[in-house]
Amino acid sequence: MYDFDIERPSRIADAVKLMSDSTDAQPLGGGQTLIPTLKQRLASPERLVSMAGIDEMVGICKDDAGRLCIGGATTHAAVAADGSYPGLSGLAARIGDPAVRNRGTIGGSLANNDPAACYPAAALGSGATIVTNKREIAADDYFRGMFDTALEEGEIITEVKFPIPEVSHYAKFVQPASRFALVGVFVAKFADGVRVAVTGASESGVHRWSAAEEALSRSFSAGSIGSLEAPSADGLITDLHGTGAYRAHLVKVMTGRAVAAAS
Amino acid sequence: MPKDGGIGASSKRREDLRFLTGKGKYTDDINLRDQTYAYFIRSDVAHGTINSIDISAAMKMPGVERVFTASDFEGVGGVPCGWQVTDRHGQPMQEPKHPVLAEGKVRHVGDPIAVVVADSLAEARDAAEQVEIDITELPAVLNMKDALNDGATKVHDDLTSNLCYDWGFVEENRDAVDAAIKGAHHVTTLELKNNRLVANPMEPRVAVADFDSSTDEYTLYTTSQNPHVIRLLMGAFVLGIPEHKLRVVAPDVGGGFGAKIYHYAEEAFCTFAAKQIGRPVKWTSSRSEAFMSDAHGRDHVTKIELALDKDGKFLALRTDTHANMGAYLSTFAPSIPTWLHGTLMAGNYTTPLIYVNVKAVFTNTVPVDAYRGAGRPEATFQLERVVDKAAREMGIDPVELRRKNFITEFPYATPVAVEYDTGDYHATMDKLLELSDHAGFEARAATSKANGKLRGFGIAHYIEACGIAPSNLVGQLGARAGLYESATVRVNATGSISVMTGSHSHGQGHETSFAQVVAEMIGIDESQIDIVHGDTAKTPMGMGTYGSRSIAVGGSAMVRATEKIINKARKIAAHLMEASEADIELKDGQFTVAGTDKSVAWGDVTLAAYVPHNYPLEDIEPGLEETAFYDPANFTYPSGAYGCEVEVDPETGKVTVLGFTAADDFGNIINPMIVEGQVHGGLAQGIGQAMIENCAYDDDGQLLSGSYMDYAMPRADDLPMFTVDHSSVTPCTHNPLGVKGCGEAGAIGSPPALVNAVVDALQRAGHDVTHIDMPLSPDRVWAAMNS
Ligand SMILES: Cc1cc2nc3c(=O)[nH]c(=O)nc-3n(C[C@H](O)[C@H](O)[C@H](O)COP(=O)(O)OP(=O)(O)OC[C@H]3O[C@@H](n4cnc5c(N)ncnc54)[C@H](O)[C@@H]3O)c2cc1C
Repeated sequence: MYDFDIERPSRIADAVKLMSDSTDAQPLGGGQTLIPTLKQRLASPERLVSMAGIDEMVGICKDDAGRLCIGGATTHAAVAADGSYPGLSGLAARIGDPAVRNRGTIGGSLANNDPAACYPAAALGSGATIVTNKREIAADDYFRGMFDTALEEGEIITEVKFPIPEVSHYAKFVQPASRFALVGVFVAKFADGVRVAVTGASESGVHRWSAAEEALSRSFSAGSIGSLEAPSADGLITDLHGTGAYRAHLVKVMTGRAVAAAS
Repeated sequence: MPKDGGIGASSKRREDLRFLTGKGKYTDDINLRDQTYAYFIRSDVAHGTINSIDISAAMKMPGVERVFTASDFEGVGGVPCGWQVTDRHGQPMQEPKHPVLAEGKVRHVGDPIAVVVADSLAEARDAAEQVEIDITELPAVLNMKDALNDGATKVHDDLTSNLCYDWGFVEENRDAVDAAIKGAHHVTTLELKNNRLVANPMEPRVAVADFDSSTDEYTLYTTSQNPHVIRLLMGAFVLGIPEHKLRVVAPDVGGGFGAKIYHYAEEAFCTFAAKQIGRPVKWTSSRSEAFMSDAHGRDHVTKIELALDKDGKFLALRTDTHANMGAYLSTFAPSIPTWLHGTLMAGNYTTPLIYVNVKAVFTNTVPVDAYRGAGRPEATFQLERVVDKAAREMGIDPVELRRKNFITEFPYATPVAVEYDTGDYHATMDKLLELSDHAGFEARAATSKANGKLRGFGIAHYIEACGIAPSNLVGQLGARAGLYESATVRVNATGSISVMTGSHSHGQGHETSFAQVVAEMIGIDESQIDIVHGDTAKTPMGMGTYGSRSIAVGGSAMVRATEKIINKARKIAAHLMEASEADIELKDGQFTVAGTDKSVAWGDVTLAAYVPHNYPLEDIEPGLEETAFYDPANFTYPSGAYGCEVEVDPETGKVTVLGFTAADDFGNIINPMIVEGQVHGGLAQGIGQAMIENCAYDDDGQLLSGSYMDYAMPRADDLPMFTVDHSSVTPCTHNPLGVKGCGEAGAIGSPPALVNAVVDALQRAGHDVTHIDMPLSPDRVWAAMNS
C-alpha cells in the first residue's frame, strides 16, 4: 500500500467537496475491492473519501412511485435482510461471504462494475436508476463494458432506485475459486414486459439478452427459454473456468432456472 | 469401552487450545530487536536474460539498509538438491545450479532477482520500485513433450537438453513387459494428466534470521517441517556454516503439506544477509508470492497400459510418464516421480510384470516437489483409473476385477522392488461396500434419475509406502540423507517427562499422540508428558515430518528411548526394593516385585535417579535421560478402499459429491480422533484436486491461477459428509508400535475414486466418456458429455 489520507465526511456535500479539492481522490465504499487493490499497489490515490459515515447514503426505503431506494453506501447484508424485493435480497444474500456482505456496498459494486459481479445484473435487469451527486442515470445507459461505467471522475453513487417487478429471480452459477458469477442471470417480470440481464459471461460486461426477453414477454415460463437457441458464444469470456461456448450454454440454462424459480 | 488415555484413546488435541485461541507462536510472530525487512523482487516473465540491474536509485531511498543481487552471492553455493536419480543408462540426472538470486537469467515467474532490505517493509517495497531491471524475454518452455524435441529452447544453457533424467524401472523387465502386452488377450490404455497443485498451507512461508557477531552464531527461525534438514542443507551446501554455529528453529507451523520440507532460497538469503548487514532480517511471504515460489505438486502426463488375460487377471503393466520438475530441482523433486511413484505401481495387485518409464523435464515454471502423498497419488490415480477402465471394457464388475487380482499372501515382494509386510485388501473392500451401502446404490440412482440427475459410484483401492524409510535402502536409491528418526526422553526428578523428538508437528497433533504412547508405556497420565520439537538446539538430529513417517519412525524412536528409560528405572526400582531386577514389573506407574505386595511409585524411582542417596552408583549412572535413533527395516504399507458417490447435473455438468467412504488399514491406531482428522484433511485435499484445484500457466508462462480468485481451494460446502473407518487392522510387522501412518492416505485414494464415480455416472446415462482430466470442472464434464 502507498500512503494516502482518509477522510470520513458525514454529509454528501462534504464528500463531494473532499472529492473535488484533491487531484487524486477516490470514494471508499466497503473497501472489499479497493483495499486489496491498494495492498497490491495497483492504485495510488492520494485521498480516500469514506462513504460509510454518510447517513443519507445508508438505508433502504420506498419512494412515491413504489421504487425501492437503496442508499449508495448500504451494505449487501442490509439489502439481503430487507426482503421487500425478494429477487434483489436473494441476490445480495449470495454475494461473497458474511464478511464481504457486512462491508461491501451497492454503490461500490456498481461503480466497480466487475464483469462477474452480481449487482450489475440486478440493476440492469430491474431497469434501475443510478442516482449520483450530479444526476440520475438509467441502468441501460450506465453500464459501458468491463469495469467501465457512465460515472465521471469524482462522481458519487448516492442512491439506486429499483422498480419492483411482479416476480424476479437471480440464478447464479458460481466460479469455483472466486465464487463470483461464472454466469449469473437476473430475470424480472414487470406488467409491461420482462427484462433479462446476464453477468459473468461477456467480455463487454453485464448485458441484456433480448431474445429471451421477447420470448418471456410473450409467455413467462421456463419452456419459452427451452425452445430458444443459446446466445452466440462470440464475445463471451473464455478462461480457466469455462469456454465461451460453455458460458453461452449456461446463460440459457440459468435463464430457464431463474424463470422457474421466480417469485 | 473407549479408553480415557494412552494408546487407543481419543485424547483431545492439547495443542489446539493455543491454536484456536490465537496464542500459537508462529514464525511471523517472532520479531527481533532492530530487525530489518526483506522484499524480494521477482521475475514477472517466465524466461529471460538479465541485461542489467541498476540499484543505485534504490540504495538512496529512505530506510534502505542494502540491496542485494546475484553479484553479492559469489562464492555462495546454490540451493542443493537432496536426491540424485540415476537414469536408464546408468548416468546421473542432469542437475542445474539453483542460485539464491537469479544469475544472468530468470527461469520462472517468481524467480527472485534482487532483494531490498530496509527498516520497514513499506520502505523496502518503495525502494524495490526504484530498482531498474532490464530483461530480454526468451521463449518460455512449458509443454513437457515439446521441451524434449531437438532444438527446443533450453531452460538451462549449460545442460545438454531439458531432460533431467530418463528413468526406467525395472529396466531388466522392459522387454518381458513389452512382450506380455503384445501377446495379451486384452490391453486397456489410458492417457491422463495429474494436475499441478499449489499446497497453500494457511500460514505462508516466513524466515527470520539473526547473527551474533560475538559468538559467530546464526539463528534462523523458519516455517519448516524439518529444521535439522534445513540446517544441514543450508549450512553445509549453501552458506558454509558449521552446524554448531547454526541453530534452526521451526516453531508453530501452520500447515506444510510438503511445501515446507524444502530448503528455499529465502531462508539462505535472510541468514546470509543478517551477517552482512549486522541486523536481523525478516521475510514474510505474501500469498501472491507463495503461489509463485512455494514448490508446486504433481504435474504428470502419463500413458498407462494394462494387459489382462481373458478372465481378467492382470498380466503386465506399462506406464510412461513425463514429470514436470519446473525450472530448478527442489530438495526432493527427483525422487517423487521415481522412487515414490514407480515402486507403488503394483498397487494391491499381483501383476507379475511392470515397467515404469519416467522422463523428468525442466520447464519455465515453479519447481515441483512432494505434495501430500508425493508420487503415490500419481501412481494410484493412473492405476485405479486404468483398472476401472479395464473393468468396463471387459464387462467385469470393478469390485470383482480388483478382488480377482488382490494380493492375499504376505509378505509379498512386488516386481517393483518393495516388499509389503501385511495387509488384507478384501477386508477393507468388504468394509467399504458395507459402509457405503453399495447394495442400495441402484435404488438411489433411480431416485436421482427421477430428479433429472445422473448418479454414479466409484471406488479405488490404494497402497502407499509410508514411514519413510530405511536409510541404507534410500541411500542406494540416491538419497543424499539418512531417513531415521530420533528421540530423547528426559525424565525429570519428580517424574514428569520432556520428549525431544526429531519429528516436527505442523498440525498433525504430535504433542497429543506422542504423549499418549509414552504415557501408555509407563502408565502415567498424559499430562505428565510434554513433547518438544522444532528446534535444532533442543532436539537430537532428526529428519522431520513428511511421508506419513512421524508415528512409524519418530514414534518408534520414542518407544526405543522410553524402553531404555524403563530398563534403567527397573534397575533403580530393584535396588530400592532390594529385589532382583528380573522380578520387577511396571504397571500403571508402579514398580512391583512379582508375587509380592512390594511396590515403589514411578515418582520415587525418578527422584532417586536425581537424588541418588540410596542408589546403585557402582552399576548405573544417576539421572534418567535416554536417546534413541530408529532406522526402520522397511517402509510401512497402509492401504484402503475408498468409495465415492456423485450426482452430475446433466444440464450444467456440475458434479456434486454426495458421499465419501474411506475404509483404511493403518495398522494399530494411537488416537482414533486424530487419525480421523488426518483422513478428513487428506480427503479434502484429494477431492480438491479432483474437483476444483488447478495450477495453470498460459502459453507465455504466466501463472493464470496466481490467487484465490482463480485457484480454487476446497471449502466445507464443496465436501460431503465423510464416513471414515480404520477398524481393519493388520499391524505393521517391523516397528514396535505396529503402526503404518495415516497422513497422506486421504489425498492418495480419493482422486481416482471420484473420477471413477463421475465416469460411472456418465456411462450409466449412455455417454461414451472414458476419462476426464482433473479437475472435473463443470465445463469439462459438460464438454465431455457433449463432444
Ligand atoms: C471474498 C470476496 C468475494 C466476493 N464475492 C462477490 C460476489 O459473489 N459477487 C459480487 O458481486 N461481488 C463480490 N465481491 C465484491 C464485493 O461485492 C464488493 O463489495 C464490491 O465489489 C465493491 O464494493 P465496496 O463497497 O467494497 O467498494 P470499494 O472496494 O470500497 O470500492 C470499489 C470501487 O468503487 C468506488 N466506489 C465505492 N463506493 C462508491 C460510491 N458510492 N460511488 C462511486 N464510487 C464508489 C471506489 O472508489 C472503487 O473504485 C466479493 C468480494 C470479496 C472480497
